[in-house]
Amino acid sequence: MVRIDFNRLRFLVIDDNAHMRRILRTLLHGFGAREVHEAEDGAAGLEAFTHYVPDVVITDWAMPIFDGLELTQMIRQPGANANPYVAIIMLTGHSEKKRVTAARDAGVTEFLAKPISAKGLYQRIVNVIANPRPFIKTKTYFGPDRRRNVNPNYVGPERRKGGKADVIKQSPLLEKVRTSG
Amino acid sequence: MASPKNTAAFTTYGDHEVIVPKNKLRKVVSNRQLEPGEDDPIARAEKALADLSGEFASWMDSECERLDKARHLVSVAGFTSANKEALFHAAHDIKGEAATFGFPAMASAADSLCRLIEHTPDPTRIPIKLVDQHVDAARAIYREYDRSDAVALANQLTKRLREVTDEFLIHENRGRPDVIEQIMGPSIVPEG
Repeated sequence: MVRIDFNRLRFLVIDDNAHMRRILRTLLHGFGAREVHEAEDGAAGLEAFTHYVPDVVITDWAMPIFDGLELTQMIRQPGANANPYVAIIMLTGHSEKKRVTAARDAGVTEFLAKPISAKGLYQRIVNVIANPRPFIKTKTYFGPDRRRNVNPNYVGPERRKGGKADVIKQSPLLEKVRTSG
Repeated sequence: MASPKNTAAFTTYGDHEVIVPKNKLRKVVSNRQLEPGEDDPIARAEKALADLSGEFASWMDSECERLDKARHLVSVAGFTSANKEALFHAAHDIKGEAATFGFPAMASAADSLCRLIEHTPDPTRIPIKLVDQHVDAARAIYREYDRSDAVALANQLTKRLREVTDEFLIHENRGRPDVIEQIMGPSIVPEG
């Protein structure tokens, strides 16, 4: 079983709903996290991100000033802050296809639909920490590789130009841990 | 401020770059087995949440009040941008919190209200009566949750609200088949 030392991770929870922040804090402390910072809107979240340099950001979508999607786009600016590669988990009541696609295209690492569960949150955190995806930078996108799988049966055109894009070897930490144990 | 160039390996292709950031979190991952007597972290978090659950009813009570206030503003001043946002947000939060707070049957009524607000192209055309029915339904479900038949009644009520809402949305979005397909399409998010 892959395990995470939560007490060595720094979390930033951004949600305008105080009840949901309390729920998230409770779950994270339950997992063993000690350092959980909170912000109640997108602007305060960006400020807290710069100040605390968290390892994992958990953000709501719908928030005042600017929302979780805009916050993600601001974080995913190469060179603009200390860690544009930070893991971002979007926790939201939105679950329509259009919304999930928009979150993915903004650079969100994982998407977690409400209602929240301890298991669902734990799995998303383990995944972003133990099995990080490489980042892709194009003219229109900067964020985690949106291709989670390589389909050997895919026969359509390769949209990424320039050669080896479809055979990039990842080194999933999850596999390393499994084999070394 | 640290430059990301210093902490990542870059490979450049024709129209894109592949960047493998240095994994500074490797040290926190292990495949250590649970020690005898050691709590499973998920079970520990669930217990912590259960310990908090005594507060959930009062939290939902305040969410219902917030929804009612937002509805009142819409009734008095109409669907201004701010009023629409406040009503949607209040319903959206209830939709997301209902199951966690122990009132899962409230989620459908709140979701139906969210759909009504989000997918009506001209919100001034939304019948206030339909808004009232949604808000009153959500509050009644919360208020009567201790009844043995509460969930069955809630399901009946919200099924009818959803039918009326869908009928209205299809009418308001006539000529926009892509929007109707999106409105009626299933969620693609995996559970839990």
